[in-house]
Amino acid sequence: MINSSLRELSAALAAKKVSAVELATLFLDRIEKFNPALNAFITLDRDKTLAQAQAADEKLKVGAGATAISPLCGIPLGHKDIFCTKGWRTSCGSQMLANFVSPYDANVVEKLAGAGMVTLGKLNMDEFAMGSSNETSWFGPVKNPWDVSRVPGGSSGGSAAAIAARLTPAATGTDTGGSIRQPAALCGLTGLKPTYGVVSRYGMIAFASSLDQGGPMAKSADDCALLLNAMAGFDARDSTSLERPTENYGRDLEQPLAGLKIGLPKEFFGEGMDADVRAAVDAALAEYRKLGATTVEVQLPNSGLSVPAYYVIAPAEASSNLSRFDGVRYGYRAPEYDDLTEMYSRSRAQGFGAEVKRRILIGTYVLSHGYYDAYYLQAQKIRRLIAADFVEAFKQCDVIMGPTSPSVAFAFGAKSADPVQMYLSDIYTISTNLAGLPGMSLPCGFGANNMPAGLQIIGNWFGEAKMLNVAHQYQKATDWHTRMPEGVK
Amino acid sequence: MTRTTQWEVVIGLETHAQLQTKSKIFSGSSIAFGAEPNVQASAVDIALPGVLPVLNREAVVCAIKFGLAVGARIAPRSIFARKNYFYPDLPKGYQISQFEIPVVQGGGLAIKVGAGDTATEKYVHLTRAHLEEDAGKSLHEDFHGRTGIDLNRAGTPLLEIVTEPEMRSSAEAVAYAKALHALVQWIGICDGNMQEGSFRCDANVSVRPMGQKEFGTRREIKNLNSFRFMQQAIDFEVQWQINEIEEGRAIQQATVLFDPDTGETRSMRTKEDAHDYRYFPDPDLLPLEITADWIAQVKSGLPELPQAMKIRFETDYGLSSYDAETLTTTRATSKFFEDAVAATGKDSAKLCANWVTGELAAHLNKTDMPIEASPVSAAQLAGIIRRIADNTISNKIARDVFEALWAGDGKDADAVIEAKGWKQITDTGAIEALVDEVLAANQKSVEEYRAGKEKAFNALVGQAMKATRGKANPQQVTDLLKKKLGA
Repeated sequence: MINSSLRELSAALAAKKVSAVELATLFLDRIEKFNPALNAFITLDRDKTLAQAQAADEKLKVGAGATAISPLCGIPLGHKDIFCTKGWRTSCGSQMLANFVSPYDANVVEKLAGAGMVTLGKLNMDEFAMGSSNETSWFGPVKNPWDVSRVPGGSSGGSAAAIAARLTPAATGTDTGGSIRQPAALCGLTGLKPTYGVVSRYGMIAFASSLDQGGPMAKSADDCALLLNAMAGFDARDSTSLERPTENYGRDLEQPLAGLKIGLPKEFFGEGMDADVRAAVDAALAEYRKLGATTVEVQLPNSGLSVPAYYVIAPAEASSNLSRFDGVRYGYRAPEYDDLTEMYSRSRAQGFGAEVKRRILIGTYVLSHGYYDAYYLQAQKIRRLIAADFVEAFKQCDVIMGPTSPSVAFAFGAKSADPVQMYLSDIYTISTNLAGLPGMSLPCGFGANNMPAGLQIIGNWFGEAKMLNVAHQYQKATDWHTRMPEGVK
Repeated sequence: MTRTTQWEVVIGLETHAQLQTKSKIFSGSSIAFGAEPNVQASAVDIALPGVLPVLNREAVVCAIKFGLAVGARIAPRSIFARKNYFYPDLPKGYQISQFEIPVVQGGGLAIKVGAGDTATEKYVHLTRAHLEEDAGKSLHEDFHGRTGIDLNRAGTPLLEIVTEPEMRSSAEAVAYAKALHALVQWIGICDGNMQEGSFRCDANVSVRPMGQKEFGTRREIKNLNSFRFMQQAIDFEVQWQINEIEEGRAIQQATVLFDPDTGETRSMRTKEDAHDYRYFPDPDLLPLEITADWIAQVKSGLPELPQAMKIRFETDYGLSSYDAETLTTTRATSKFFEDAVAATGKDSAKLCANWVTGELAAHLNKTDMPIEASPVSAAQLAGIIRRIADNTISNKIARDVFEALWAGDGKDADAVIEAKGWKQITDTGAIEALVDEVLAANQKSVEEYRAGKEKAFNALVGQAMKATRGKANPQQVTDLLKKKLGA
């Protein structure tokens, strides 16, 4: 059951082979057993979970036949702790919000709950989603289930580790510069970052508003399609949410790939990628050619500027987004202070971790008088150039492929002393966020030390269904996505 | 010290007009004044983690109305920016405002400075007007050394209206502020309540030697919430700046507050501790796009503007410029006047104007009542005027009828005239008999008149009117007297 796809779980629930309560209990018991070693879940509430499961069972009992029941009804999942969840602590991985119980549900949480999904708990993450290894969480790092001495990636590291360890069949994640795709790659999962505006940001604690996008993480493309169907859609409470007709993102899953044109950016296959990752990606491309696809080299000449542009724009927006955490109305307040300025400075100095403070400082600097034009405006121009590169590239191909991350999961501490090294682990994922494009990562084999490697698919704007089709056909031909770490069996 | 330099005063005004929308500019909360602290603060207003702003289109309509009323350019695309600073009553740590590209650009307002023959006219150019959100309030009383925060006001929509530095005296500044105050109420975008802070002004003041091209260093007087304080504050500030310069001290750019108790301005912060607001476009909001269709739609719902109405009153009704202006001070006044004219007919328009600006205005002033609350309605006033026009009553009796209606004595003019027996005597025979009586009883006056004393004639008219308790038609009385006296 723990290795089942969402479709299989759905069928089992519909056929009454298992109840939602039994399913939730199965995963809660696994969490109890394996989570202490992994630190993936940081907030659990068995009673709430079981109550939701019971409600789902009721829905399944009455609803079959008469009303349309979501195929996700009764299936458990975990929420990245960046999503506000009514009645649950929502910490964003920070001491700043370690005491914050949300009085409302994020749009994504509301939609998945509306579909009848059962919340198992809240998942660990890099503090305010700032990190690529989950080492910046105030609740301590998440361990990679494939090797607990290694990082799970970040910032959605808790989501990735929990699925890899089969503590949950699915999870929500968010991706500002690769935070869904990179941990999916490092933990051997499938994760999808939608086109900017497809999934509402309402209730998703903002890191960098113009880049943040929520998305599904699961074992397969098929699972992700089902989840995305429930998560996506216009939300009037988010002005950047797009008003588009409802889509079935799984509609093209079974389309054959004959004639598919895969663009391979020259810039993604140069220096910087580890040989083991390169071998796995090359093998995946060979598999695609077998499936009838052709590959063509494309150029993204400005992609080298994506990391510097990103580390201007994201911190700039973050420095402003995180201003609301001031100790005045909720969240952490320093125990001692003599005046208002001291209350602010101490609350924020103590409440935020080092990486968050670093980015607030960078962001404050680049927005300052006299520097704005040189940094922020320049970065916005680069952003447009990067998007224009993709427009050109997509004239020659249907999807773009490359590695998700330059390396497999690295050891704890390997990059945490050098922020730039850490930032470079998102080098292949960041440009899609800057352009607002959708991207996916799917497992494509194993590299050094038997750690999973990820293949990245970048789709055209609103090309989610195409990406999922391309990923699904590969997963029908391979079994990397079904592998499970030994330690949690 | 003898003064050799003539100083020129330079003033620019920034006005915050609270917009009369039903809900806040970026959330659905009510903006009604005076609610218990924080009951009108939603998740968005208190800036919970994860919440997002959604622009209220009603606020944009207000901005478009204003832009149209001042002949400004309505930007087809304007940008909301974040103004970043920390303050306890600023929940997000930034204010959403418009910075580089405001929604209303340019335009201006014609103002009249002074009254009577010495009045001068001037056109004040606007730089811009932009939409933004208000902050909450910090409450320093009742918290025993702590500060309370009320976020009811946080997110209230404001239109900040900025003039060019074109005003040259406190009188001009006040005239502009009054004209703006009247206009925003006229077009229905602001209730103009200065006590509740719905309309508040900041004045940028500097002085320079007459004839100098460059501006002097300015100081900004914040939060002037009455026209009287504005005048006092600017006058004090101007004198202070002149004294400083004449005593050899340079003016430092600063923000100052006016203390109504002392009548003085004092520095709040100088340029050195000015904030770097780190403005940047708010990524949570799309650029505000206003189509020509939208502008046309708003335009069709815009009331006739006071300037145009004033000219129409002059040409259509033959009113004096002064009357036309007085009658277009507020929309309610103009409506009252036009309702009365509609009921009496255009021929009586001047009479209506006289009554609205005269008797009615005097009564309203005395009781400090807005015209909307007048106990005498436009229809009732029209009833009085009709009876003056058809000679049923004299002007003097008409004032008594008005008084009776003001006191709630009777439902209309006819009822009052009937009940009191105030109908004017127009029967020539009756008046003739009366005139004979008066002449017989006042031989002394008759002789005086015949001896050349014009005043004696007036005394005789007075006697005749008195004898009828004012009901005789004064013209008829005059004519008959003249005839009998052989004049």
